[in-house]
Amino acid sequence: MGEAIVVTSGKGGVGKSTTSANIGTALAMAGKKVCLLDTDIGLRNLDVLMGLENRIIYDIVDVIEKNCKIEQALIKDKRCEALYLLPAAQTKDKSAINSKQLRWLIAELKEKFDCVVIDCPAGIEMGFKNAVSGADRAIVVTTPENASIRDADRVVGLLEKEKVSRPKLVVNRLRPHLVREGGMMDVDEVVSVLAIDLLGVVPDDEEVIRSGNQGEPIVLHKKSLAAQAYRNIARRIQGEVVPLLVLEKERKFLGRMKRWLGFA
Amino acid sequence: MGKVLRPGVTIKGTKDGLLFLLDESRPFSAILSELKYKLENASNLWDGPDTRVWIKLGNRQITREEEKEMRELFSARKNLIIHSIEAANGKPYLVDNRGIQMLAGTVRSGQVLEHRGDLLLLGDVNPGGNVRSTGSIFVLGALRGLAHAGGEGDESAIIAASSLHPTQLRIAEVVSRPPDEWDESETSGMNFAYLVNGQIAVDKMHQISRIRPDIHEWKDHRFKA
Ligand SMILES: Nc1ncnc2c1ncn2[C@@H]1O[C@H](COP(=O)(O)OP(=O)(O)OP(=O)(O)O)[C@@H](O)[C@H]1O
Ligand SMILES: [Mg+2]
Repeated sequence: MGEAIVVTSGKGGVGKSTTSANIGTALAMAGKKVCLLDTDIGLRNLDVLMGLENRIIYDIVDVIEKNCKIEQALIKDKRCEALYLLPAAQTKDKSAINSKQLRWLIAELKEKFDCVVIDCPAGIEMGFKNAVSGADRAIVVTTPENASIRDADRVVGLLEKEKVSRPKLVVNRLRPHLVREGGMMDVDEVVSVLAIDLLGVVPDDEEVIRSGNQGEPIVLHKKSLAAQAYRNIARRIQGEVVPLLVLEKERKFLGRMKRWLGFA
Repeated sequence: MGKVLRPGVTIKGTKDGLLFLLDESRPFSAILSELKYKLENASNLWDGPDTRVWIKLGNRQITREEEKEMRELFSARKNLIIHSIEAANGKPYLVDNRGIQMLAGTVRSGQVLEHRGDLLLLGDVNPGGNVRSTGSIFVLGALRGLAHAGGEGDESAIIAASSLHPTQLRIAEVVSRPPDEWDESETSGMNFAYLVNGQIAVDKMHQISRIRPDIHEWKDHRFKA
C-alpha cells in the first residue's frame, strides 16, 4: 500500500507543478513506483512539464465517470520505467469531480503505486479541498515573498484542520544574492514564520524554466543545483537525512544546516 | 436579502414569571443599554405584582461587574425579582476571573482565536492571523498579525508580546497601525501596548507597573537594609 503526497501552496504560480514533476521523477529514479496525479482540472500543466501531452487519450474525469479503466488513463513516462501520469481534464472544470470520488481514485492508485504525487490547483476552494482530502502527507511550496508566505500559512492552517499529518515546506526560487542584499527574505525567516519542517530549498534557476518548456524535468540533468535540490527533497521524503545544499559559497548556510535537519 | 435584526433582549412570559433572553452575539454593553431602555419604558407593563425573573445568557459568561450593572438595572423595578441567571449548557454564568488562561499553538493567516478574559498564547500570531479577547493578550512568541484586546470595551486591557510586530493593534475601540504610527526602534525586545488618552502607546515591559498601577509590582523583601 503506497502513500499519497499532495503538493500545494495557496498562491498560484509558485512552482507546485514543477515541484510535483521533479519530485515524482526523482522518486521514480530512486526506484519507487510513482504516479503523478494532476488535479488541476481545467488548467492542466503536468503533462506539458513531463512532455507527455501528445499521449493523452483519457483523463481523470474519464476515470471518475467510468468512461475508462484507471489503467487506460495512465500514461507511462518516456524516460522512467516506473513513472506514470494521470492527467487532468482540460475541457471540464473543478466541479467535475467531488472529494469522495477523488478519495476513491487515490485509494485505488495507492494499491498500485508506492507513491502518488498529487499536483494541487492554486487557491483554497473546492479543487484544493478535494486534492487534499485523499492525501496522507502534504508538501507546501512557497517562494520567499510575503504574499506567497501569507498564502502558504493559510494553507498550513487549513491542512491542520483537514488532519493531513504535519505538512513539510519547500522554499522555491530562492535567490541567494538578493537575500544578501536584503531584497529577499532568507530561508530562516520563512521557516520561522511558517513554523513547519523544511524539506528543501530550490534555487531560482532559468534552467528550470527551459527544461519545463522542453517537457524534461530538470531533475534529469545531473549537474544543475536545482536538480540536486529536487533529488535531495526526494531523498528526504523517503526518510533520509540529507544536508541542505550550499546554494552559495557562504559558511553561514553550513552553520544553519543542523537546525534545518530537524524533520522526521 | 435583508436580515431581520433580532432584538438583543427578548422577554417571554411564562406561568412562573418572566424569561429574559439576552442575545449572546452582541456586546454585553449593547445588551445592557437595550435592557435599560426596555425596563425604563413601557412602565405600565412592569408595575404589577411581584414577578420572578429568569435571565438566560446563552453561550455568554459575564463578569461580576457586568452582573452588578445588570442587577442595578433590574432594581429600578421593585416588583421584578431575579430568581436565576444562567448560561447555556450548565456553564457557570460568571467568567472565571482567577488568573489567565494559557493556550499553545500558532494562529495562522485566516485563523481567528477568540477568547474571553486574559489570554497567554504560547506561540506566534502570523500575518493575517487574528487574536481577539475581552481581556488582555500576552503572546509568548511573535505577534505579527492582528490583536484586539478589550474587545467589549475594556480600555485597561493591554497587549504584550515577546516580539511585537503586529500588522494592526486594537484596544477597546481604538485602532493603531504600526509601523507608520510608531517608531520601529520602540518595538525591539519585550513590549506592551496600552491605551492612553484615546490612543495606543507602546512601552517597554518594565514600565508596566508605572502605567498600570493596579498590577502589583513584585519587590524583593528578603534583604532589608
Ligand atoms: N526554481 C525555479 N526557478 C525558476 N523558475 C521556476 C522555478 N520553479 C518554478 N519556476 C517557474 O515558475 C512558473 C510557475 O511554475 P509552476 O507552473 O510549477 O507553478 P504552479 O504553482 O504549478 O502554478 P499554478 O498555480 O498555475 O498551477 C513556471 O514558468 C516555472 O518554470
Ligand atoms: Mg500548476
